Amino acid sequence: MKKVLSSDTIRLLIPALSLTILLISVFYLQPRAMSYSGLNLLFNLAVPIALATIAQMLIMTVNDLDLSMGTFVSFVACVAATFLQVTPLIGVLVLAAAIAIYAALGVLIHVRNLPSIVVTLGMSFVWGGLAVLILPAPGGQAPEWARAVMISRPPFVPMAIIACILIAMVSHFVIMRSSFGVILRGVGGNTRSVERAGWSILGARAATYALAAFFAILAGISLVGLTTSADANIALRYTLLSIAGVILGGGEFTGGRVSPIGAVIGALTLTLAGSFLSFLRISPDWQIGAQGAILIVVLGLRLLLNRLENRGKRS
Amino acid sequence: MNILASMSRKPWIWSFVAAFAVWIATILFTGGASTIGLSQAALTFAAFSILVGIGQMFVITLGPGNIDLCVPATMTLAGTVALKFMQVDNSLILPGLVVAIAVGVAVGIGNYALIKLLQIPPIIATLSMSFVVQSTAIWTNRGLRIKPPEALATFTTETTLGIPNVAFVALILSVFAFVLLQKAVYGRWIAAIGQSIRAARMAGIPVDGTRFVTYVLCSVLAAVCGYLLASFSGGAALNMGSEYLLMSIAVVVIGGTAVAGGSSNVAGIWGASLFMFLVVSMLNTYGASAGIRLIMTGLIIIAVIVVAGGRDPNQR
Repeated sequence: MKKVLSSDTIRLLIPALSLTILLISVFYLQPRAMSYSGLNLLFNLAVPIALATIAQMLIMTVNDLDLSMGTFVSFVACVAATFLQVTPLIGVLVLAAAIAIYAALGVLIHVRNLPSIVVTLGMSFVWGGLAVLILPAPGGQAPEWARAVMISRPPFVPMAIIACILIAMVSHFVIMRSSFGVILRGVGGNTRSVERAGWSILGARAATYALAAFFAILAGISLVGLTTSADANIALRYTLLSIAGVILGGGEFTGGRVSPIGAVIGALTLTLAGSFLSFLRISPDWQIGAQGAILIVVLGLRLLLNRLENRGKRS
Repeated sequence: MNILASMSRKPWIWSFVAAFAVWIATILFTGGASTIGLSQAALTFAAFSILVGIGQMFVITLGPGNIDLCVPATMTLAGTVALKFMQVDNSLILPGLVVAIAVGVAVGIGNYALIKLLQIPPIIATLSMSFVVQSTAIWTNRGLRIKPPEALATFTTETTLGIPNVAFVALILSVFAFVLLQKAVYGRWIAAIGQSIRAARMAGIPVDGTRFVTYVLCSVLAAVCGYLLASFSGGAALNMGSEYLLMSIAVVVIGGTAVAGGSSNVAGIWGASLFMFLVVSMLNTYGASAGIRLIMTGLIIIAVIVVAGGRDPNQR
């Protein structure tokens, strides 16, 4: 038993288990959800959340925290529903500039040794302001291709599930299997030793931030693809959801211990929690609260399993 | 105390210099027409940020990772429950305050219970807690806007000797916080825990008790702020706390408290709170749109942290 389950597997086991339990309860309550379109509806909104969670996870890998995730995704959604739809070239340029800004933030945070929480806090105002400037009132229109991708119906498996698996696999490869990912996690684990090994921490941070921005941009575009129009406040709750998703998926705030697959599962769990509660006919008043409760329960479970694991080691 | 004062002198003065500069810039633009009105408004709105800021400062001083994200939800819940309890009855004002404080204590205990018992990082613990608290607030509020008792509404909106009453409340609590931080052993304890929790534990400091009190204190201050803000704005609204999440963190950091913990600064919170309000009103008088206002606010926060930050090489 001790040998079979590494601690990384255990980390992944709990989120997977809680997702399964939730899914089974949803099916039990509403058997009709157990269909192609049912699943699609359940998990549709998980796609942008999963992407945002991966973006947040990247930032957390290097021991930082991005409090501007929600406003940034909203900003991207606004750009996607306006520039990207009307004049794609300008849209792409704007988004590329946003990635550059993120990379510059990484450099700034590293060079001046600033607390990332405060810098991204400031940036959240900036992104929010830009979003309001672009779209003062809710509106705009999603680019046709984004819409087409998000509502496409591939055979057998719903789009939302395929997208989530794809996101999990790509990010797993980048973070856990590529040499770039190893450096990233090394920066989170022990910056000094990575530096002594001859890697540029500055470059790694900048690349992390740029990559996070890229994933957040995908989140914004996929969100607009689902909602067809945008609004400057469309994704504000993504900041907290993405942090919760990473933690729920077994990630930690420090030490570069993250799990991309876990993060996607965490995002799915949070999304499903909402539907689960509405199937239970819990009043909408309690929906946010129950999401919090689910978060607490899962974290409690993790503590329990960690304890068991430690006890096993000691004996 | 001298060491601490000289250590934190720079950021302390910065926030006031910045607030004063913005104040002058606004006054000059309007030709001195609205000097008194602007100053009073600044003091009033700054007072609310100061209340939540002080609580947040205590928590942030505890060290990296310690942030109370539950502040806005606590404000909303305390405001809602207290107003509902008072039923527009002037005689219930003080009991209403007690109810608000009780809400704060309960939330604080809940927060720390999660942190301690489930060993959840404080950010996630307070985040989960804020979901629960927010839901409770929605459930209690039911979209109704209950009016505050007449006398309380008057108290929060009126001025005494030209200074808003809420600013006096903030001043009293700030002095209290200052004494607690600088003169009481509790202040030494939280600073010690913020600098090194292991060293603090080995020095025999009751780490758990101190952290527990700190989280309760933060929630209570947020609850009192929610009580006053709800009375000031003529009723509790469900989103009334939302802007105070970022605001409470921003004023603490701009005010010169080390984000990495271990060093705090009460006076700086006053400068930062005044500054944050004055920037917005300056941009308003210049006729900037909402978008520009937000962008400028963000850039100013970043500029302040770039200038004032990075003074301690060990700080992340």
